[in-house]
Amino acid sequence: MSMKIFLPRDTTTLALGGEKVVKAIRTEADVRGLEIELVRNGSRGLFWLEPMLEVQTQNGRIAYGPVEASDVAAIFDEIFNPGLDSELSEGNTGDAHPLALGNPEEIPYLKNQQRLTFARAGITDPVSIADYLAHDGFKGLENSLALNSQAIVDEVKASGLRGRGGAAFPTGIKWQTVHDCSADQKYIVCNADEGDSGTFADRLVMEADPLMLVEGMIIAGVAVDATQGYIYLRSEYPVAYQIMNEAIANAYAAGYLGEHILGSDKTFHLEVRLGAAAYICGEETSLLESLEGKRGMVRFKPPLPAIEGLFGKPTVVNNVLSLAAIPFIMEKGSQAYADYGMGRSRGTLPFQLTGNLKQGGLVELAFGPTLRELVDNFGGGTETGLPMRAIQVGGPLGAYLPASQWDTPLDYEAFAAAGAVLGHGGVVVFDESVDMTEQARFSMEFCVAESCGKCTPCRIGSTRGVEVIDKIRSGNNVAANLALLDDLCDTMIDGSLCAMGSMTPIPVKSAFKYFSEDIALAHASSLAQTETQ
Amino acid sequence: MLQHFDPKQFINKKIDPDKDYGTPISKNSGTSEQLITLHIDGVEIAVPPGTSVLRAAALADINIPKLCASDNLEAFGSCRLCAVQIEGRRGYPASCTTPVDAGMQVTTQNEKIGKLRRNIMELYISDHPLDCLTCPANGDCELQDMAGAVGLREVRYGFDGHNHLESEKDTSNPYFSFDPSKCIVCSRCVRACEEVQGTFALTIDGRGFDSKIAAGQDDAFIDSDCVSCGACVQACPTSTLMEKNVIEMGQPEHSIVTTCAYCGVGCSFKADMKGDKVVRMVPYKGGAANQGHSCVKGRFAFGYATHKDRIKEPMIRDSIDEPWRAVSWDDAMSFAAKRLKEVQAEYGRESIGGITSSRCTNEETYLVQKLIRAGFGNNNTDTCARVCHSPTGYGLKTTLGESAGTQTFDSVKYADTILVIGANPTDAHPVFGSMMRRRLREGAKLIVADPRKIDLLNTPHLKDAIHLPLRPGTNVALVNSLAYTIMSEGLEDKAFITSRCDDKAFIKWQAFITEERNSPEAMESVTGVAATDVRKAARMYAEAGNGAIFYGLGVTEHSQGSTMVMGIANLALATGNIGREGVGVNPLRGQNNVQGSCDMGSFPHELPGYQHVADDEARGRFEAAWGVKLDDEPGLRIPNMFDAALAGSFKALYVQGEDIAQSDPNTHHVEAALKSLDCLIVQDIFLNETAKFAHVLLPGSTFLEKNGTFTNAERRINRVRKVMPPLAGKEDWEVTVALSNALGYEMSYSHPSEIMDEIASLTPTFSGVSYARLEELGSIQWPCNEQHPDGMPVMHVEDFPIGKGNLAITEYVATEERATRRFPLLLTTGRILSQYNVGAQTRRTENQTWHDEDVLELHPHDAQERGVREGDWLGISSRAGHTVLRAVISERMQPGVVYTTFHHPGSGANVITTDSSDWATNCPEYKVTAVQVEKVTQPSVWQKNFADFNEKQQGHLRSGRRNNETAKQ
Repeated sequence: MSMKIFLPRDTTTLALGGEKVVKAIRTEADVRGLEIELVRNGSRGLFWLEPMLEVQTQNGRIAYGPVEASDVAAIFDEIFNPGLDSELSEGNTGDAHPLALGNPEEIPYLKNQQRLTFARAGITDPVSIADYLAHDGFKGLENSLALNSQAIVDEVKASGLRGRGGAAFPTGIKWQTVHDCSADQKYIVCNADEGDSGTFADRLVMEADPLMLVEGMIIAGVAVDATQGYIYLRSEYPVAYQIMNEAIANAYAAGYLGEHILGSDKTFHLEVRLGAAAYICGEETSLLESLEGKRGMVRFKPPLPAIEGLFGKPTVVNNVLSLAAIPFIMEKGSQAYADYGMGRSRGTLPFQLTGNLKQGGLVELAFGPTLRELVDNFGGGTETGLPMRAIQVGGPLGAYLPASQWDTPLDYEAFAAAGAVLGHGGVVVFDESVDMTEQARFSMEFCVAESCGKCTPCRIGSTRGVEVIDKIRSGNNVAANLALLDDLCDTMIDGSLCAMGSMTPIPVKSAFKYFSEDIALAHASSLAQTETQ
Repeated sequence: MLQHFDPKQFINKKIDPDKDYGTPISKNSGTSEQLITLHIDGVEIAVPPGTSVLRAAALADINIPKLCASDNLEAFGSCRLCAVQIEGRRGYPASCTTPVDAGMQVTTQNEKIGKLRRNIMELYISDHPLDCLTCPANGDCELQDMAGAVGLREVRYGFDGHNHLESEKDTSNPYFSFDPSKCIVCSRCVRACEEVQGTFALTIDGRGFDSKIAAGQDDAFIDSDCVSCGACVQACPTSTLMEKNVIEMGQPEHSIVTTCAYCGVGCSFKADMKGDKVVRMVPYKGGAANQGHSCVKGRFAFGYATHKDRIKEPMIRDSIDEPWRAVSWDDAMSFAAKRLKEVQAEYGRESIGGITSSRCTNEETYLVQKLIRAGFGNNNTDTCARVCHSPTGYGLKTTLGESAGTQTFDSVKYADTILVIGANPTDAHPVFGSMMRRRLREGAKLIVADPRKIDLLNTPHLKDAIHLPLRPGTNVALVNSLAYTIMSEGLEDKAFITSRCDDKAFIKWQAFITEERNSPEAMESVTGVAATDVRKAARMYAEAGNGAIFYGLGVTEHSQGSTMVMGIANLALATGNIGREGVGVNPLRGQNNVQGSCDMGSFPHELPGYQHVADDEARGRFEAAWGVKLDDEPGLRIPNMFDAALAGSFKALYVQGEDIAQSDPNTHHVEAALKSLDCLIVQDIFLNETAKFAHVLLPGSTFLEKNGTFTNAERRINRVRKVMPPLAGKEDWEVTVALSNALGYEMSYSHPSEIMDEIASLTPTFSGVSYARLEELGSIQWPCNEQHPDGMPVMHVEDFPIGKGNLAITEYVATEERATRRFPLLLTTGRILSQYNVGAQTRRTENQTWHDEDVLELHPHDAQERGVREGDWLGISSRAGHTVLRAVISERMQPGVVYTTFHHPGSGANVITTDSSDWATNCPEYKVTAVQVEKVTQPSVWQKNFADFNEKQQGHLRSGRRNNETAKQ
């Protein structure tokens, strides 16, 4: 029996030299004449440990990480102890190697999570139907096919699931609207244009467990009577594109996609479409324009996409994480999902820890713990070792939170009350060396770069915003320019056509409000720069 | 259509075409009786569902500031200036994109809204030059107006920020300039190009602050797909897109609504004036035919009216070898009258005649035929419809009982399948072409039967389309095989046939059409069109729901033109596609008033209103009114006049506003006939080709210089209003009156409205028409009488003027013009967008930029066989003549077919066309001439002679003018 070795094929692992490790594993096995089965799984999301090599043993898996190609020989020495073929010799628990991590499920970072959506991540071969089925895959679909469409919609409503793209609109209500429209064609569109800085959960779904997304979309199709689905995937995710397409091909081959799904009278077709490298196409109406082959420009609402969406037809537009939560809900029941969370935020949110942290990665937790708990319990402190000063939650349009706000519970309403957003769950940490006026400028500049240019407040306002912030930072008429910036932010909030323009002021305002001491520092540093020139 | 709203005092107020209501009329308007009631600033308003808050407010004269919204474009929601507050809703929704809701409470003005608008305006102005006083849009700038409306007083950002002030101007278009430094990126131009014109030439390049308007792939306007329709210029709220005329002349000070004098669409325009100078022509939103849209000709090509070539004084000469002599109107009239009388004295009453103009007004045309019938005492009157749509008159009268199209242009909005036969609407009827394209974008299916792949087949976002590329001359074969398919596959509308068609005629026709020889398979070898495509097209048309047919000269200008028109009517009758919106048989008439000239009794056999001269009752009425005895025998048609002239029995001709020497076929023949005349009187605005053979040259007046009416292709009578005095002192109708009086037949009118009153009194289909009614209704589609006091948009709703529809037998007979070994190619002729007809007007404008010579288009296969390369000189020979044109190699053509236009007289396109003509009406077969093409190195003999003759005649004109100058001194 050959030894089963796992090494992820996801983007993060590849970026960290995963392919070199794979090569080393193959070479090492050849040299030693060993028969191994190398499984390219998805990452478990413990990115600071990638590339993480796992070995299947009688007693479960054991892990090593972060592994470099040069470590492979030594790890092989340990796991292929002389006299043993495929199983570790007694007494050798495989943890003598310095990179040994033991049973990965026992790593506190993972163990302390509540993984509902990411339960299979890193465990299975992402594109294997057999693996997926062996780990409870397609059970939600089977259950759904036994229900009428309204019952599925009701189940989703009862789960309390809210849009995980950031707007947190109740998914079940959106589905109900599409369900209730009569049309010759309806669509399910998955928003996989994951453009928020500091986020990667969508990618991880598609690279670690794509069949879960496929299943979620099929269920959505069955629920609202849509026969065609599109995944609008950002073009910067070539690996996800590859894996997603393999998974879809396998799902077609196995009868989960196409006509007569599992012998039923249901039809669902699914295609991945690559985006055109614009952040604004993550906004649902721009996404639909782009998907139709047009320039990615925001549409005004109403009409809601649920009523007049893709090609003018009723369309469910859901984020990857929303759709990925569906199989669990339909497998275990809405209550099982709703049992997690607090207040009106039910279920779990996969947080993505990034920025100046030792332990970046994916942390799926039920809503409820505080931001401080999340960062302290999982982050492992700043990479630089300096104290943390600011945390931006919810992507580039989310607020910068000062320490005084870190005890806010991770809950949509609590964050909203604090003038912040949970958004898509991105968490970016800054240490005390940060100049928050520069961050404010960055936030405005992001809008300059990514504004579609349709509405005036966003198109011209963002450019003027950067200029005004520059004036403030260089000490030019600070009080008047702060007042002007405030006015501009109000204009963008009240006047913009979509969230891009109306939310850009959130990080800008928070940076000036909670870190106003940086204004003087920025001025001083600009003076110092002028003097040295 | 009226939009109703409260309070009650507004209920019957019409929509004001000069006001911009911000968003288009709701699609539910008219279909839903239910009105939505809401409150805007406390005022209760009721509007149809789907109406925007912005429009609802505007209807109640609550004018919310706006920049990106315009009521000819779908709401866009980009400027954010029209933000309002709505009770119970978050934030500041844009009123343009917010539909009304029952019970809505809208606030359009308060301190917070005011501040938001001011701050948005401040952003705009932070990237805008502050040169209002020297800006061409000063006085007509929406940005300026809005800055004023929101009370902008300062720009706190300063003016040193990132901006577009240094952007380079594009002046490549001859009529308008594009100055991106003034652009506010409202996208109105882009949307107008897409939604109104349907060309999709413009786009936004870049994103965010870098967003800018780009023509094509960031090309110069002139190098892009832009067709210069002017929709973008009209849509622009600033001076970014601006008429060069306005830049040069400044803002107009008054405007007069009138009707375009180019094609048969009959667009209404506002002539924007400065004194008696036209600054610009702006399509008039209140014009029912064009609904605020225009094309490059009507919008921009009016400079010919003041061109130096205009004839400004009457001139006479004894022979065409002599220089002209400028004389007074009186002298010219006595000279002409004396000559006409002498000819009649010598050669008889029937030896003279006249040709009415399809370019002049109804009133003028009416007077010319009246002069001929009553003053000349014969029926030798004809008009250029002879050479274009005479088969329409004959064919439709035979089958449907009326010589006109059955629909309004607007009807195309309801068509599900559009069948276009032998017409090229995007070039020849561009404004209607745009309406058609809009409907095609909405999903209507398209069938094009044409030897060429016309531009309509390249409509952006066209869905289902079939091209039936038939061989020239095989129309009837094709239409028969379409009808065969309909009847043999049981696709006919049995109920319609039973209730609306004549039994006997139908049974005869059915027996004929279902004969196997008419099947698509049998006709495939004749038409060259695959039988499967024909069958598919037949189903597409018959099963459409609403199938509408539009056709042009590609149908009529054939030896079987009249047969084809009947074949088309048969299709519509058999499928019940007649008598309601969205269907019908629609001839696209070429000239502004060709419908009118036919209506006004221009034909030798018909008095005004298509009343036959042999009809004693009708003729009696005219005799009583005109106080003379009228001939009850039809007179000569144009080709008969030429033949009679060459035979020596026809010696004098009065031609008003038509250039038979250039436009009629077989130029050699026409020139010989003209040369044989003793007296040729030409009344025209230029020394046209015909005038070079004339003895009396009477200055004509352009449409800008006269009052009257034109009747467009949809039977719509539109007012033509004088915006400047006639250059030579007389409107055309006054010239005819003077000539008539000189001849001794008294005419006395003080205004064209009196002529219309006379027409109405004598013509049953016009009895309800008067200038007062036209003022009231804007325009009237005849018939307009007691039964139809407001006119009749869609005809044949209840029955036909002949009772039942008459399906006619349409046996296909091959034309004698066929490809032979000597002449192996078929030449067909047509139009292009920028030039109009014989080009007399458009050649004297900047439209020359696009088409300064006629070319010969041929398929790459035919080119290769002859070793022809793009731009080579090609000699084209037919049995009638020989001419030389440059080659353009084009895949639009099918192998074996070549194509040219006749916009330039020196091209000699009609030197090649033959005297072959329609069996019923003598309409020339312009569309089929067997030719051979070969490479040559020099112009043809005819072209050399033409050049010499032209030079000589221009010299005669110059000396006539010079003499006059001398005499004056």
